[in-house]
Amino acid sequence: MKHLLSTEDLSLANAVRILDTAEEMSTVGEREVKKLPALRGRTVVNLFFEDSTRTRISFEAAAKRLSADVINFAAKGSSVSKGESLKDTAQTLSAMGADAVVIRHWASGAPHRLAATDWIDAAVINAGDGTHEHPTQALLDAFTMRRHWTRLSGLPSTGADLRGMRVAIAGDVLHSRVARSNVWLLRTLGADVTLVAPPTLLPIGVEQWPCSISYDMDETLEKGVDAVMMLRVQGERMNASFFPSTREYSRRWGFDDNRLRALDRLGLKDTIIMHPGPMNRGLEISAAAADSPRSTVLAQVKNGVSIRMAALYLLLSGDTREPATTLKESN
Amino acid sequence: MTPVTQAPVPARVVLNQADIDRALTRIAHEILEANKGSQDLVLLGIPRRGYPLAVRLAQKIAAADPAVDASAIVGQLDVTMFRDDLSSQPTRPPHHTQLPLTGIDNKVVVLIDDVLYSGRTIRAALDALVDLGRPRIVRLAVLIDRGHRELPIRADHVGKNLPTSSAEKVRVRLEETDAVDGQAVNEVVIEGGA
Repeated sequence: MKHLLSTEDLSLANAVRILDTAEEMSTVGEREVKKLPALRGRTVVNLFFEDSTRTRISFEAAAKRLSADVINFAAKGSSVSKGESLKDTAQTLSAMGADAVVIRHWASGAPHRLAATDWIDAAVINAGDGTHEHPTQALLDAFTMRRHWTRLSGLPSTGADLRGMRVAIAGDVLHSRVARSNVWLLRTLGADVTLVAPPTLLPIGVEQWPCSISYDMDETLEKGVDAVMMLRVQGERMNASFFPSTREYSRRWGFDDNRLRALDRLGLKDTIIMHPGPMNRGLEISAAAADSPRSTVLAQVKNGVSIRMAALYLLLSGDTREPATTLKESN
Repeated sequence: MTPVTQAPVPARVVLNQADIDRALTRIAHEILEANKGSQDLVLLGIPRRGYPLAVRLAQKIAAADPAVDASAIVGQLDVTMFRDDLSSQPTRPPHHTQLPLTGIDNKVVVLIDDVLYSGRTIRAALDALVDLGRPRIVRLAVLIDRGHRELPIRADHVGKNLPTSSAEKVRVRLEETDAVDGQAVNEVVIEGGA
């Protein structure tokens, strides 16, 4: 692996490797010295063309825990607002000696462009591009699910996949890069994914995706699910009338108090409620659901740092001059 | 014309199962002797093969001193993130670090590895240890010392000193980590060299 651009082309072996490495990284937060020297002297640039709090902070925390130097770059207040192109920005960063670029961009495919050209010779990590992919979010979701899933079965989480787990992803699939990344990754890991959304918020061609589609939240819950992932209603991308009113959306597609009670009624005592954040409380998720013991929202944020540490470590630690082959045994 | 290749040098077994067992028994008693008993002892194995050796040593120490609970003094210390060759080697996935419940502060920590060669793994282990706590004493026990040190590091307890050329490979096979076709093996072999 040289770049982490999408989960669609991530192999099962690599996905499990990232999850296993994250498992080891998660123990660093509990140690006396919460820092590893693995990436000492490496420079990680956070290149954010779009607003973000948790992803940027999460990447920054991850890089710092691995002793890398972090440069934060926000498009606002930079030369980008003076009209500088992505190419010139990338070449500027390259000249400053960036070893990895964590990029979030409003245009789908911007990270691929950066990785495919010779503008910059650095590892590129996609931190969300347009409505395309957000691979580290999907990996941290899968990590959270794997911990839950293996805890239920009593197996060690290292090396495990998600075979047999039923996951419902509900809400604004049309604009959601999180949903796309999750569908590809969860398919690779062997989980059954159901997308639950109003027809107006499903993209064209969704029937070709490796998942099933439902238009009815209650019906999906009744069939039984092990994890429900609520997606944020993206107000900033709502440029047409996708649903009549927020109250109707909340009643039909949101995870409200009635549906929280329904989980108990249906005997789904181990079902978790996930949300990538930031949450619109009262719209796609009720406060009671967000704060219930089933909610994994804060665990997801915590696991995000471990996943991003794993990704940075696996992309940056090895000798990148030659393709990684089998592990050399050394004494 | 077929290229002339050097005839492969057959692998030589230098320690068999009984030899390994005797060496470990002696090291276990040496550890107890150097520590004047079993108080505050913690054995930390370095993955992969240091850990099963640490478990075996703990069992031998427990056999010699009934006051010791073998599983309570053994741990595993991963040194991957502290290596000095991370940027020149292919990516290594990290292993698990597991300390005994008592921790390592003010303990007598014995680091255990299979082969002592350049000394760089042990340097990394000492760095890893500092980040986890502050042991009173740190000692080093290895099954094989093959020489060719690149750092000022010396083992306190050695199973066997094995003079080797650096072209040779020393392979330790343990039944816990290297079962071949379900066949349990416990041996140390030298491969290659001229």
